[in-house]
Amino acid sequence: MEIDRQTVDYVAKLARLYLDDKAMEDLREDLSQIVGYVTKLQELDTEDVEQTAHVLPLKNAFREDMVRQSMDRDRVLSNTDYKKDGFFEVPKVFD
Amino acid sequence: MEFEAVIGLEVHAELLTESKIFCSCTTEFGGEPNTHCCPVCLGLPGTLPVLNKKAVEYAIRAGLALNCNIARFSKMDRKNYFYPDLPKAYQISQYDLPLCRDGYVEIETEDGIKKIGIIRVHLEEDAGKLIHEENGGSSLVDYNRTGVPLIEIVSYPDMRTPEEARLYLTKLKSILEYTEVSDCKMQEGSLRVDTNISVRPVGSDTFGTKVELKNLNSFRAVYKALEYEFKRQAEAIKNGEEITQETRRWDENKGITISMRSKEEAHDYRYFPEPDIVPIVVGDEWIEEIRSNIPELPHQKKERFIKDLGLPAYDAGVITADKALSDFFEKCVELYDNPKTISNWVMGEILRGMKEAEIEASSLPISPEQLVMLQKMVDAGTISISIGKKVFDTMLKTGKNPNDIVEEEGLAQISDEGSLRSTVLKVIENNPKSVEDFLGGKEKAMGFLIGQVMKETKGKANPQMINEIMKEELSKLSKN
Repeated sequence: MEIDRQTVDYVAKLARLYLDDKAMEDLREDLSQIVGYVTKLQELDTEDVEQTAHVLPLKNAFREDMVRQSMDRDRVLSNTDYKKDGFFEVPKVFD
Repeated sequence: MEFEAVIGLEVHAELLTESKIFCSCTTEFGGEPNTHCCPVCLGLPGTLPVLNKKAVEYAIRAGLALNCNIARFSKMDRKNYFYPDLPKAYQISQYDLPLCRDGYVEIETEDGIKKIGIIRVHLEEDAGKLIHEENGGSSLVDYNRTGVPLIEIVSYPDMRTPEEARLYLTKLKSILEYTEVSDCKMQEGSLRVDTNISVRPVGSDTFGTKVELKNLNSFRAVYKALEYEFKRQAEAIKNGEEITQETRRWDENKGITISMRSKEEAHDYRYFPEPDIVPIVVGDEWIEEIRSNIPELPHQKKERFIKDLGLPAYDAGVITADKALSDFFEKCVELYDNPKTISNWVMGEILRGMKEAEIEASSLPISPEQLVMLQKMVDAGTISISIGKKVFDTMLKTGKNPNDIVEEEGLAQISDEGSLRSTVLKVIENNPKSVEDFLGGKEKAMGFLIGQVMKETKGKANPQMINEIMKEELSKLSKN
C-alpha cells in the first residue's frame, strides 16, 4: 500500500505537526508499511459482522448527576506560564 | 421570477443537569473564570470521563417530546479539531448513531398547521468561552463551560420563510422549557442557533447553494438575518451571479451578513468511536420511564386552559407559548378563582409591560401574589379598575406592593358621599351647557359630566356612586 506524500502532508497538517523533509519521507514509508499491513484485514468477509462500537463488552457505564468540589484555580492554572486575571492566555484567535 | 427560501436550523441547548456531562463539576452559569474545572474537563492526560446518566435521560426526554425515534443502541464519537476553547483538542459528540432521529415539530402558520421535520438530536459536550481582548494580542480562555452537556437539534430544511423559522424556534424553545430539559436562556448561551438558507425559484424541487449564518444572538436576529440573506441571494440569482457556499456572519448593528472568508479548507474532523465511553443501550422500560416523567407540554396545557379554565383559545395559546408566563398565570389562578380576570391582566397589562420594559416573563418584578392582591383591591372597591392599571404600572417599575402604592400616592377610591356630592354640584355649576343639553334630551351629556367628576377627583371617585348622585342631582334640576 503506497501512501503518497500529499496524504502525509495533509495528515501532518491536521495534527499540527511541522517536520522536515527527511522526517516526512520516513513517515511516508512507515505509514505505507503500517497501512499496508492493516489493509490485509480488508480481505475478510465482514458482511454479517456488526460494526464494533467499543472493544470492551460493556454498556451504560454511567455516573449519577452529583456535584463535587472543583479544583482550586491556582492548581488549574499551575501548569501554564500564560495566564491573566484567572484566565488562560492564548495568542489572539478570531472567529 | 418568484423565489422562495429553503431554511434549516441547528440548535444547541445546554441541558439542565447539576453536574457536567463527564465529571462532577457544577454546570452553574458564570462564576469566577476557571473555578468550575477539574482534571477531566480540563482534558489532563490520564483522566477518564464517565457519562452523566441524567444528561442521557434529558436528551431522550427531548427526543420523545420532539416525536423522535429513540436509538436502542447509541455511542459517543470523538470529533477532532484544534481550538483554544477545547482543551482536549477533541470534542466528545455523536456521529453516526445519535440518540434520537426522525422527529418533528408542529408550527401554526397562517395557512394552518405545518410539520417541520427533525433529522436528529444528539448529545455532546460544550466548549469553553473565549474572550477577545480589545487591545493587545491575546485571547483569554475560561473553561467553566467546558463539559456542560448539550443537545444539538438538527432540522430538515423544511422552512420556507423567516417567519416559519421564527415559529419553529419559538415552538422548540417552549418544548425544551416545558420538558425542563433546558432553560433556553439565549443571553447566557444556553440556547444557540445556527441556520442555513438557500434560495430557489418557487415550484422548483432542487436546492440552491446554501449559505450558513452565524452570530445569531436572538430570535429576532435569526429572523432579520434570514430576511436579509433571502433578499441578497434572490437579487444575486436575478443578476445571474453564482451563490458561493460559505459561512456568513450577521452584523447586528449594520443589519447585514458578511462573508467570514474563513480559509477554504474543508473541515476534516476524523470522527472515530470514543474509546473512553462505552455504548449506550436503551431498553423499552427505560424509555417508558422517561416518557412517564415528561411534564405537561404546551399544547396539552393549552387544551386544559380552554377546557378546564374556560379561557378563549387565543388567550390560552398566547399564555402557554411562554412557560414562565403560564407558570405565573397558574399561580395567580391558584390564589384567585377567576381565570378570565387573571387572563385579562396577563393578556393586557402584563404583556404590554413586558414589551415596554423589554423583559422576559421569568424576570417580571411583580409576583402572582401581588397581582392577585391588586385585583382584590379592585374587587373590594378600594380602587377602580382604571386606577388599578396605574397602580400596576408603578408595581412594574418599583416592585412595590399595591396597597403601599395606593397609600403612598393617595389613590384610594373616594366613596364618601358628602365629598362626592359637592364635586358633582361643582361640575354641574361649571358646565351649564352640558346640563342644558342633558335636560334637552341628550343622554350622552351625562357621560361628559361624569368624566369631569373623574377628572376633578383624579379618577378616584367611586364610579357607581357618582353615577347615582349625578342622576339624582340632574333629576332635581329637571323637576325645577
